[in-house]
Amino acid sequence: MQKKFSSNRYDPQGAVRDDVSRRHFIKGVIACGTVAGAAGLMTGCSDSGDGGSAPAGSAERLISINVNGMSRNVDVMPNETLAHTLRNKLGLTGTKLGCDRGSCGACTVMIDGTTVNSCSILTHTVRNANVVTVEGVGGGNGELHPVQTAMIEELAPQCGYCTPGQVVSGVALLQRNPNPTREEVRHALAGNLCRCGAYNNYVNAIVKAAGSA
Amino acid sequence: MKDMMPNFNLVQPADLASAISTLADAGENGWAMAGGQDSLDWFKDRVKRPTTVVDLSGVPGLSGVTETADGGVEIGAMTTLTEVENNPIIKEKFGVLAMAAGRVASPQIRNQGTLGGNISQDARCWYYRSGLDCYRAGGNTCYADTPEGMNREHCLFGASRCVAVTPSDTAVAVTTLEAEMVIAGPGGERVVPASEYFIGPAIDITRMTVLEPGEVLTTIRIPGKWAGAQFSFEKVADRNTWDFALVNMACAMKISGGVIEDISLTCGAVECVPKRLTVVEDIVRGSAPNEETANLGAGAASRGASPLNYNHFKIPLMENLVRKAIRG
Repeated sequence: MQKKFSSNRYDPQGAVRDDVSRRHFIKGVIACGTVAGAAGLMTGCSDSGDGGSAPAGSAERLISINVNGMSRNVDVMPNETLAHTLRNKLGLTGTKLGCDRGSCGACTVMIDGTTVNSCSILTHTVRNANVVTVEGVGGGNGELHPVQTAMIEELAPQCGYCTPGQVVSGVALLQRNPNPTREEVRHALAGNLCRCGAYNNYVNAIVKAAGSA
Repeated sequence: MKDMMPNFNLVQPADLASAISTLADAGENGWAMAGGQDSLDWFKDRVKRPTTVVDLSGVPGLSGVTETADGGVEIGAMTTLTEVENNPIIKEKFGVLAMAAGRVASPQIRNQGTLGGNISQDARCWYYRSGLDCYRAGGNTCYADTPEGMNREHCLFGASRCVAVTPSDTAVAVTTLEAEMVIAGPGGERVVPASEYFIGPAIDITRMTVLEPGEVLTTIRIPGKWAGAQFSFEKVADRNTWDFALVNMACAMKISGGVIEDISLTCGAVECVPKRLTVVEDIVRGSAPNEETANLGAGAASRGASPLNYNHFKIPLMENLVRKAIRG
């Protein structure tokens, strides 16, 4: 990972925000790198001339993004999706990758309160936004969100792989519409595939959570 | 575990002029990215390999809905489909566009995908999407229009070597509303009517729109002409969510004194461009919107169709959607 900082893409003066010391920043980024571990294998797959100089106006690689209410420093490649950053660099593996093509909704996160597929958005485009993942929907000390509690009570997940995405879609719906009809819930969850076919259980759970949210 | 897409230089301009100059400099190696919902799939599949990607999300002034003096609206090309679907002005005056935007893909994609990107999106022919060197990709064959080719989703009209169709729901709606596209480029601004914005393979087989490299669609201008008309939008797809239309139909009708005073009817997914059904419009104009008129119109809708091996079903589907649009 050290090699990256010798690249002339990185301007140490320009990269650091006033409220973050440079040493802190780089320490944070290196720590992220160790979390990535095997991800080095993937970031290494790019056939871009990584050592080459980027043209003027290219996105700065060392950035801060706001995830679950915390500002996180991270080294983000230009071609990196938010799902990749969250899972492989920030250790937030609650967000799942299913199809990686925006079809299944397993990687759903909230950006400024609206749901998006994190596999289909570049991390660099959310620098100024608030990202909320499934890890951030509940209370600070492990408290579950009413949607999560209701999903447990309704035995909504079967294999559970799509559940984080279903939770985020459900929470986002209740934030903008605390009392949705069953049809509105179905509409809000329409972008989340469940290969076990537990759709009714998920809808039941969110209808139930709406009463207590 | 998923691998990453190949690398590129990501440029995030803060104004339109630098976006255009970056794109113009990059030429064929440049890529204008709006919501990125189609762009990233292309990159991940390594079918499109731009070296410079210009992210338009930070360019000010490209989103939002404003009313115009002629009773129409101007919609920024970067306005998300969710915003188009829920905008009170669009819902009240041009409901067909709100309906169409609401039928695109899934909620997550509508939250990020933009109107300009959806209108201008590329063909969904899977031979083309999987990176084969077909005509549209610059090669010299079509894999879909062969005896064994899987062409159930392909065109009925306007084939010219390529048989791909327009996949967009909103393109059909803006064509019905007779919108104008405002395009900014290195040479300044030009305004193109929807009827000329979308182009078929006979004009340029590698593109779906008139946008040249270096140009950016900035605004979709909807005239007041159809404001408050009676609208309908219908989309038939294999799946209700996410999927692209097998056939879709957008209709604007003005009824006065019990007869159809004027009508604008556009069918999607049957040709490379949204197909305005002017023959049907001419037949039903001046008649009452009843079963008999609907049947007359439907009978003319598919006139001239040349189905491929597996898409004959689109003919009755198209006729039925015309019938439903007129009869209500």
